[in-house]
Amino acid sequence: MTALTTRPARTPVPARLEVIDASLGYARRTVCEHLDVTVPDGSFTVIIGPNACGKSTLLRALSRLLKPGTGRVVLDGRALDSYGTKEVARRLGLLPQTAQAPDGITVADLVARGRHPHQGLLRQWTEEDERAVADAMAATSVTDLSGRPVDELSGGQRQRVWVAMVLAQRTPLLLLDEPTTFLDIAHQIDLLELFADLHRTGHTLVAVLHDLNQAARYASHLIALREGRVVATGTPWEVVTADLVEEVFGLPCRVVPDPVTDTPMVVPLARPRSTR
Amino acid sequence: MTATTTAPHRPGGRVDFGRTVWVWRTGPLALRVDRRSVLVCAVLAAVTAVFGVLTLGSGSLPLTPAQVLSALFDPDADHRARLVVVNWRLPRLLFALVCGAALAISGAIFQSLTRNPLGSPDVIGFASGSYAGASVVMLLLGTADYLAVASGSLTGGAVTALLVYLLAYRGGLAPFRLIIVGIAVGAFLSSLTSMMLLSVSPQQAMLAATWGAGSLSGLGFAQLGPAAAVFAALLVCSGAVVRPLVHLEMGDDTAAALGVDAQRTRLLATVAGVALTALVTAAVGPIAFVALAAPQIAQRLTRSCTTLRIVPAALTGATLLVAADFVALRVDVPVGVVTVSVGGVYLAWLLARQYAGRRR
Amino acid sequence: MKTASPPDAPTGAARDVPGPRRGAGPVRRVRHRPLVLLAALALLLAAAVLSVMVGARPLAPGTVFDALFHYDDSDAHLMVRELRVPRTVIGLVVGTALGLSGALIQAFTRNPLADPGILGVNAGASLAVTFAVAVLGITSAARFVWFALAGAFVLTVLVYVLGSIGAGRGTPVKLTLAGVAFSAVCGGLTSAMVLKSTATLDVMRFWGVGSVGGRSLDILPVALPLIGTGLVLGLLSAGALNALALGDDTARALGTRLVATRVTVVLAVTLLAGTAVAVAGPIAFVGLMVPHVVRWFVGPDQRWILPLTVVVAPAFLLAADIVGRVVLPSGELRVGLVTALVGAPVLVVLVRRRKVSTL
Repeated sequence: MTALTTRPARTPVPARLEVIDASLGYARRTVCEHLDVTVPDGSFTVIIGPNACGKSTLLRALSRLLKPGTGRVVLDGRALDSYGTKEVARRLGLLPQTAQAPDGITVADLVARGRHPHQGLLRQWTEEDERAVADAMAATSVTDLSGRPVDELSGGQRQRVWVAMVLAQRTPLLLLDEPTTFLDIAHQIDLLELFADLHRTGHTLVAVLHDLNQAARYASHLIALREGRVVATGTPWEVVTADLVEEVFGLPCRVVPDPVTDTPMVVPLARPRSTR
Repeated sequence: MTATTTAPHRPGGRVDFGRTVWVWRTGPLALRVDRRSVLVCAVLAAVTAVFGVLTLGSGSLPLTPAQVLSALFDPDADHRARLVVVNWRLPRLLFALVCGAALAISGAIFQSLTRNPLGSPDVIGFASGSYAGASVVMLLLGTADYLAVASGSLTGGAVTALLVYLLAYRGGLAPFRLIIVGIAVGAFLSSLTSMMLLSVSPQQAMLAATWGAGSLSGLGFAQLGPAAAVFAALLVCSGAVVRPLVHLEMGDDTAAALGVDAQRTRLLATVAGVALTALVTAAVGPIAFVALAAPQIAQRLTRSCTTLRIVPAALTGATLLVAADFVALRVDVPVGVVTVSVGGVYLAWLLARQYAGRRR
Repeated sequence: MKTASPPDAPTGAARDVPGPRRGAGPVRRVRHRPLVLLAALALLLAAAVLSVMVGARPLAPGTVFDALFHYDDSDAHLMVRELRVPRTVIGLVVGTALGLSGALIQAFTRNPLADPGILGVNAGASLAVTFAVAVLGITSAARFVWFALAGAFVLTVLVYVLGSIGAGRGTPVKLTLAGVAFSAVCGGLTSAMVLKSTATLDVMRFWGVGSVGGRSLDILPVALPLIGTGLVLGLLSAGALNALALGDDTARALGTRLVATRVTVVLAVTLLAGTAVAVAGPIAFVGLMVPHVVRWFVGPDQRWILPLTVVVAPAFLLAADIVGRVVLPSGELRVGLVTALVGAPVLVVLVRRRKVSTL
């Protein structure tokens, strides 16, 4: 419990980001209704659930890319849409799935674009900008690549560059939409360890992850979604149980302690042939 | 101005951009520029100046560069030379500068907005709209008065742009739908203009066709004042909208995460781009190709990852138009005819050279 | 520009995500394809029949039938045989060529803004014809054909040569830019010549708006083989273009020979569009619009887009020509104008109603 004195603590861990009684969806399709989700301060929150359960939709709502139909999203005690766009971007960084690097842009240029919310017409490259970019590249080990064009990099390097761009934004909150997709297992772990480090240094992280074991291993707080509803929240051992995995994913399994980290580990059972 | 190469090295400070950058920090200012961009801009400015002096010296009273310079800067110079250079020829040159820069910025904005190297204000039908408007004034109302034609072209262009915007708007503005609607409306109006051209006498058709090619002749300080003022205002607006706009090239989500309001930025950028083209078209007619070519040329010269660098683009546009006007004066054709040819040749040369460079 | 038919995404960015997220649309499109083709064929037939029937002077269907099959030298028969039939045949040939070349160039450059003129065909033809008028003093439209043909071919060759220098040889973007560059130069030279002489302008303002009326069929022995070759080459590249739509690397992995495909497609486009502009003058909008509309009906498969465009484009061109004849019987409303006047509103309505596929 650190530095909670600045505000009245209603709960033991105050929420940084909250979804309150929100319905989320797109023009013709509602994905979630009456959704309540809380992201505790200082947590590494991971959202899990089967495909099309509303994980990414929830993340889009948390990052203001999607405006709730009803209900609201609250950031640091204030409604998200009452902030200016740049103000949100100074508090909340997002790694979207759809990022495209402009042709021929170099790594340093791309990472430097993360400084946009801190810059103005006259203040385009302050000492602080330079430090933030250099630190972000160092933290993601892309400093050596900094002059190279992004389109020449491998998938793993490229994803690290995008993470560096989000880090350069220097936000206390980070939202990550399936950050490990398309990476091999070594690069996945690499990236997750990086997130764990960020978590240890005081960042609040929210990620959508597909791999349950990785989620259980790195998260401090899990949110399990199914068909747009929150099925369970809590620590990995509270959420990742054989019953819950069966309920949420329809996958019969056993849950054993991970031999390395002692976090819950899901071992799927062979599916009886008759069900297929 | 300090080069980063000489800045004290401390951990977490220096960033290697893979090229030489100059950083300038004093008071509220904190700017970073590529050395290459600065050099390119300086060269472009120099080339523009040379062509400018040559242009001022050419005409029915030929003057040497020295005579031109003394007429410009020396109040005691030959009275006749001063009259010719300052009162008659200078406004035309300044018009070329302003219009070239305005077209180039407009093109840069639209190419970024549509993420298409063929994108230009023409995609939303502005040029064909203003040509149609001017043709109505010249051919149907039968007047060639400067103000009447200018307001006709402005009205035509603005109405067309608005129409395209409204027709393309459907719960948001998808760039692709905008382009298609723009092409459709543009083609429609071009046909109407052609119909008008086919139904009048050859002399009247010539009048409209000359305006349609875009010409800088017959312009004085009276017309320059308002145009320059509007351009200055639009320059500031474009500068403000370009910074968020460049982030939209990474996708709407990424841009939004960086604090960019995608829809608002797009709207403002469209308005700024259209207004810049409107300014030029109203002032001198639709000058083709500068908007398309200048951002592409500038991007290749500065080796930037985006066409949306408005200073190099604007300088390229100005250089292009001033040089074209110099040629246009010699061969006595409207400047728009030359911009098309000169820009085309240059783009072709640039392409050829780029291949040679890449083959290595 | 990906081939994936995009979901109804709220933003422009999400459209660029290729992926498996396909809704019910493409499935429905696939099922309706044969019906669409049948409807298009019926439309083409109707347009061709109407084109012979309808004209400045009203004729009974029986008279028209007799003119075709029991010719008797009367004025009415002469008009059908000498004016309406050639006009219809030229419209069919030119429409086919323009439509297919448009579909090919859009698939090839993966750019929905591309039209057949993009490789410089129209600009080259215009320059050559202007040269013939302004410098050589030729004024007979029949002799323009050869200049137009030569200009179109010479310029495309130049564009292709510039677009094929060096390592990035023949990539669609470079070819497009090369086409734009050369077209610009030609356009400038054309304007310069036109604006120097009122007489030249007077000829060129009419030639510059394409028309299928008043042409003789004498050109056909030359035009048909050229267009026929282009047609065969173009239709044969459908499979390769499908692969090319997935990107150059994927196409190569699927066994497509990139350079061969590029050369074939550029040759086909030149033959088709170059001949079309020589026969009828520049006709805007057919090559740009028809492939778009067709794509919305049958989805992104070039094996359907190309043949269907071949059917729809001439039907559209004939329909536009008929409209022009009916609205202004004096013949002032040339088909090059009507294509845009009729096509533009149709395109706007369609683009507002349908889910838009980028390509």
